[in-house]
Amino acid sequence: MNIHEYQAKAILKENGVNIQEGQVAATPDEAVAAAEALLAETGTNWWVIKAQIHAGGRGKGGGVKLAKSLDEVRAITEKMLGMQLVTPQTGPEGKKVSKVLVAQDVYYPGPTEKQEYYMSILLNRQSGRNVVMYSPEGGVDIEEVAAQRPEKIFKEEIDPSFGVLPFQGQRIARNLGLSGKVAREMAHFVERLYASFVAVDASLFEINPVLKTTDDKILAVDAKVNIDDSALFRHSLIEQMRDLSEEEPSEIEAGKHNLNFVKLDGNVGCMVNGAGLAMATMDIIKLSGGEPANFLDVGGGANAQTVEAGLKIILDDPRVKAVLINIFGGIVRCDRVASGVVEAYKKLGNIKVPIIVRLQGTNAEEGKAVIDGSGLKVYSAITLQEAADLVKQLVG
Amino acid sequence: MSVLIDQHSKIIVQGFTGSEGTFHAGQMLEYGSDVVGGVTPGKGGSVHLGLPVFNSVEEAVKATGADTSVIFVPPAFAADAIMEAADAGIAVIVAITEGIPVADMIKAKAFLADKQVTLIGPNCPGVISPGKAKVGIMPGFIHQQGSIGVVSRSGTLTYEAVDQLTKLGLGQSTCIGIGGDPVIGTSTLEAVKLLMNDPDTEGIVMIGEIGGSMETDAARWIKEHGTKPVVGFIAGQTAPPGRRMGHAGAIVGGKDDTAAAKMEVMRACGLHVVDSPAAIGATMLEALKAQKAG
Repeated sequence: MNIHEYQAKAILKENGVNIQEGQVAATPDEAVAAAEALLAETGTNWWVIKAQIHAGGRGKGGGVKLAKSLDEVRAITEKMLGMQLVTPQTGPEGKKVSKVLVAQDVYYPGPTEKQEYYMSILLNRQSGRNVVMYSPEGGVDIEEVAAQRPEKIFKEEIDPSFGVLPFQGQRIARNLGLSGKVAREMAHFVERLYASFVAVDASLFEINPVLKTTDDKILAVDAKVNIDDSALFRHSLIEQMRDLSEEEPSEIEAGKHNLNFVKLDGNVGCMVNGAGLAMATMDIIKLSGGEPANFLDVGGGANAQTVEAGLKIILDDPRVKAVLINIFGGIVRCDRVASGVVEAYKKLGNIKVPIIVRLQGTNAEEGKAVIDGSGLKVYSAITLQEAADLVKQLVG
Repeated sequence: MSVLIDQHSKIIVQGFTGSEGTFHAGQMLEYGSDVVGGVTPGKGGSVHLGLPVFNSVEEAVKATGADTSVIFVPPAFAADAIMEAADAGIAVIVAITEGIPVADMIKAKAFLADKQVTLIGPNCPGVISPGKAKVGIMPGFIHQQGSIGVVSRSGTLTYEAVDQLTKLGLGQSTCIGIGGDPVIGTSTLEAVKLLMNDPDTEGIVMIGEIGGSMETDAARWIKEHGTKPVVGFIAGQTAPPGRRMGHAGAIVGGKDDTAAAKMEVMRACGLHVVDSPAAIGATMLEALKAQKAG
């Protein structure tokens, strides 16, 4: 699950990680009040206004602005709220901004040079352990650093039994070019950051930049946090941070029916039991000259209700020109699935696009007979190749 | 021969009395697997499906001599069930459960590291050595005893491949569903090694998907050490980056874990890579013929 920057920072702060302080606002009045409160709390008299959307690269699209007065806070917020923010990660349609984070200005002048670093925590799938990945080159696109100066990217693998050990924190600080008191600050920052990661069952932390201020404080200026969906059952407060307005409506609807659905932009819809077979079915569609309109795994329970719900979601998309239902019956019986398809088809009525039903496995022949005998505009297939040929014939 | 499990495997079911455990234990027994009992904490001493129920894996192992366990325990408790089985001396643990928190699996993997145990899964269909034993949820009837080994991250896609093989007269030695999660007990490479070293396995089908580097790791090893033809497929050629495609582990994170990148490495390493999942069986048949002719 994805959360907003302001939510991510609240999690970090609660777990003892130093952050750039800020308050979230949904109206210009709230933004001004937040700025006044930050002035009282931190003494900051400049503020950074940051659009809260689930996408990076906000600065490039005008979603991060510096305000040097309360009037500017109001003016910037008025402009930013409600805008469609387009960043390199949102796609051309952009994302609507409905909240901003009013944050303290942490780039104030001081006795030492400020420094920006990159730090993330993620899983190393090969070792089955989490890794702190970091670079002295922060505040920029890390993919670019990785491609052009790979020697500037460091990794510290963490033993799950011990967490970040003191010497590891010190090594990280050293590799970032720090020494003395501020190196100890950095080691502490990393140790707390990792502890937060574990505390909330995160699947990704990306702090870009981590800032060394001009008075030698270490803090998180931005925070991208993803939470492991499988662990949400033990984090009810985090589950409440879910922002449905950031999600695709058809995916929310599918979730209500326990369907695993991902919206894509092709012309052939598909409904499959099992994630691997669903991906393989999308591949078949592409190889047959179509483009998959979605990923949809109905799981083990392919019955009339799930088929109906799935078909409805797929057919809501006007770009869909054909639908391929691909079921490999193991425990689930193909003749039952076939009856489910016929039932759902009749119930939905007025289906204008051809539907291909490929049933294989338990009672496949009986299933095909049900489809063929239904008198509906439904094509049946048994082998995967037959299904592929039908897709080609209909949309290729 | 076969790997991991055979007719001598003594199997217990963790989560025995739950609906999943009950149904699939019944199916395994029907297939002829030697299920010797099960574990459900609090229900020890009772009898279920005509078999003894124990409170712990330790008790079950003592009483039955079980060496294999299959886990249907709900996600919140499944990692603990895996560690309990390993602690009790079980040699092969097959974890079917889907949706175990990653942090729990990181812990379980660390716990298993210094023990003589093989974990298959989680989030997998299990393992079957056709005609000998089935430890999992796959439909037994599509399989046939033979000499093709199958390694796969998915469930129904594996059944699809097996079905194609069987219909072409290619039986299977052992089919290993390694699971679709980001942290799993046995990697593609480890499963491929088992089959490559199995004298009765003549060819290997390796089915992967987007995300991670397991298939390329295996392909590079096969290039150096492979002695049998390997047919490879990667699901998710059309998957967009950054989106989880059903399996927790099926997500394109960078340029190296796309289907295209993996297939390219696999081709370069001499695997018989198929673009279409409909061609897995036929390609295996050809590869075997070519191997015999050459």
